[in-house]
Amino acid sequence: MNTSNPNRRDFIKGAGTIAAASTLPLSIVEMAFADPAQSFTFAHISDAHIQHIRGAEFVRNWDRGLIRAVAETNLLQPKPDFVVFGGDLAQLGMKEELDHGAEMLSRLDYPVYPVLGEHDYYLDLGEYWSQLFKREHYYSWDHKGVHFVVLNSILTTDEWTHERWPTARQRMLEMAGLDNPNGSPFMVGEKQRQWLAADLDKVPKDTPVVVFSHSPIQKIYKGWNFWTDDAEEVQALLHPFTTATVVYGHVHQIQYNQIGNISFHAVMATAWPWPYPQAYAQAESQLPKLTVPMNRADPFFERDATGWQFVDLKSGRVSMEYNLYSNTNRTVAYNPETGQPEDSVYQAAGGRIAPQIHY
Amino acid sequence: MKRCLFFIAVAGFLCAVGAMAALQPAASSPLGLPPLPIPGDNQMTSEKVALGEKLFLDKRFSSTGEVSCSTCHDPEKAFTDGPLKVSEGINKLTGTRNAPTVLNAAYFGSQFWDGRSPDLEDQALHPFLNPVEMGLPDHQPILDIVRTDPDYQTAFKQVFGMSGEEITMKQVTQAIAAFERTKVAGDSPFDRYFYGGEETALTDQEKRGFDLFVNQGRCVSCHRIEQTQALFTDNRFHNVGVGINTIQGDVPELAGAFIKTKLTLEEVDHKILSDKRTSELGRFAITKGFDDLGSFKTPTLRNVAATAPYFHDGSAATLRDVVVHYNNGGVTTKGDHVNDFLSGGIRPLDLSEDQIDDLVAFMEALTSPEYAQLAAATSGK
Repeated sequence: MNTSNPNRRDFIKGAGTIAAASTLPLSIVEMAFADPAQSFTFAHISDAHIQHIRGAEFVRNWDRGLIRAVAETNLLQPKPDFVVFGGDLAQLGMKEELDHGAEMLSRLDYPVYPVLGEHDYYLDLGEYWSQLFKREHYYSWDHKGVHFVVLNSILTTDEWTHERWPTARQRMLEMAGLDNPNGSPFMVGEKQRQWLAADLDKVPKDTPVVVFSHSPIQKIYKGWNFWTDDAEEVQALLHPFTTATVVYGHVHQIQYNQIGNISFHAVMATAWPWPYPQAYAQAESQLPKLTVPMNRADPFFERDATGWQFVDLKSGRVSMEYNLYSNTNRTVAYNPETGQPEDSVYQAAGGRIAPQIHY
Repeated sequence: MKRCLFFIAVAGFLCAVGAMAALQPAASSPLGLPPLPIPGDNQMTSEKVALGEKLFLDKRFSSTGEVSCSTCHDPEKAFTDGPLKVSEGINKLTGTRNAPTVLNAAYFGSQFWDGRSPDLEDQALHPFLNPVEMGLPDHQPILDIVRTDPDYQTAFKQVFGMSGEEITMKQVTQAIAAFERTKVAGDSPFDRYFYGGEETALTDQEKRGFDLFVNQGRCVSCHRIEQTQALFTDNRFHNVGVGINTIQGDVPELAGAFIKTKLTLEEVDHKILSDKRTSELGRFAITKGFDDLGSFKTPTLRNVAATAPYFHDGSAATLRDVVVHYNNGGVTTKGDHVNDFLSGGIRPLDLSEDQIDDLVAFMEALTSPEYAQLAAATSGK
């Protein structure tokens, strides 16, 4: 009788199973592209400004901010896939500061992707930072169907960096100041832009791209380096993508904006809050109009107006939940109907002013 | 100007409590206190207050017939149960928290150490049912008594115009809350000095302590003193390094379990008073907000010298122990590990031994005359 059919059927079935199994990892990636419901989470901690005093002494307030953010991030449920540290781990780029900060970050239960801030960089031009984190100054990776890029956006001209200052320490101090006529605007620079162009060239244009930088890749306020001089050139490299997001530190406050296809989100510092620069009236600013004021910090409660972020990446769009001490938590999420990020809690419809198209 | 504002405050108070003014002995004129907040649906009458007091003292509202509200909020002990660290309910079962005084609780923005109850009326509902407090299965035994006991029948008829099934826990808790609202106490030496303009009401040491209280000691940021009155609380919640310090390694497990398990408020009430480790999560158990981990309500400091021991777990025996804890920056023993979730306002204070004594002396000057004797006995002075 015909006994070979079932065997053959089994064999074909079996072969099919093996084939499916061998392509499974790829299938998951494809699913992530195809399924808009695919989402995952990560956390973002930034601007700890760990500051060395002498010996084993560090500024207690800044230590407490990072310790608390790390401990709270470890309590998150569901667990985030990774943590981004948004730069300015140190105050003056010293080994002691970077070591002390990295030791605190090492208590995180998740992989950490660090971003370089100017306070980490301008003492030794990021040499010890790279050694410590075993990272290049800019890099990229893919995760669950999203392409992530870390940029070093706090570079400036070669002349300013290499020729102007008698000591590395003075260079660091000059770049650390606000409203400093001796300072210099941040930039990504041509070499890194070429790298970015090549990196993005390999990525399908319907893949969501998320860029982490320290300074905003948009021009907000030059006096405080809330600014990247070649922002337009970097934005141009992101414009071909359906979904692009830039998440930046440095400004120590909530900001969000939409420029073309690119959504911008700023993150809080764990160290201290900066005011909205519009409050500083001596220089003209090209800032989005302030519609949701920051909560003013009560100086007694050192954590007031600081915080960290829990980020939900729904279909490649950033939904930024701000964990704010002594204040009501806030969420800034992309609104598909209006095509821009919006504060889901605070803005009354009547008082809403649309984010500007450009700076 | 200060004096003028003070008279306005007092006038407002008398107006607000007009119906109960006759109940107040002259000694407790509320110098230093703001107008008493009274809910619109629970106006004060002397009959209601008397009924509330009777309910407050009634031991039949517990499963063993041995515990009343006043067991832990003893009028003879400034409405606390010192020197017990944590309260004892039925069958000598202990909870996890130190009984807070009823005195001036009428002014608090929320009730219980973790603020899980919004007002005095709601607060009064819960200890009846907690297994380690009064241990009733539900409120029915209380209603059975107040609906059938002849004295209660008369009182409820008189106060609320209700009898039988018309009487519910709403009236029971309203009467208890009305009684508690009469337990306000100001007029301390500090009040006479600061609001009454009586220069000699404080000693030199107490005045030095006052200066430390508002400056180097940073106390006033949470234990607030206003221009016209002082409640010595900000009605907020802070992690000051008490309790949570004993469970630091367990926080991820405990907090994780709490986030995962959806408990009703009643279940939370039972859980936190029966499990010390869970209790130390503080207000986090109510809000599940990271900002509230290990945080508890700022207690008033009025009559604090009469209400030892201190902190939510009664872990500090004396006021000096409390100040030393704060001077160390939120750890009881200098050099201990500071908990990761410590509130931002807490930091080492660099107070000398003499300054610590001065601060304690100032807090001892916050005692109202009617509790002066008790305070002296409590602090051994």
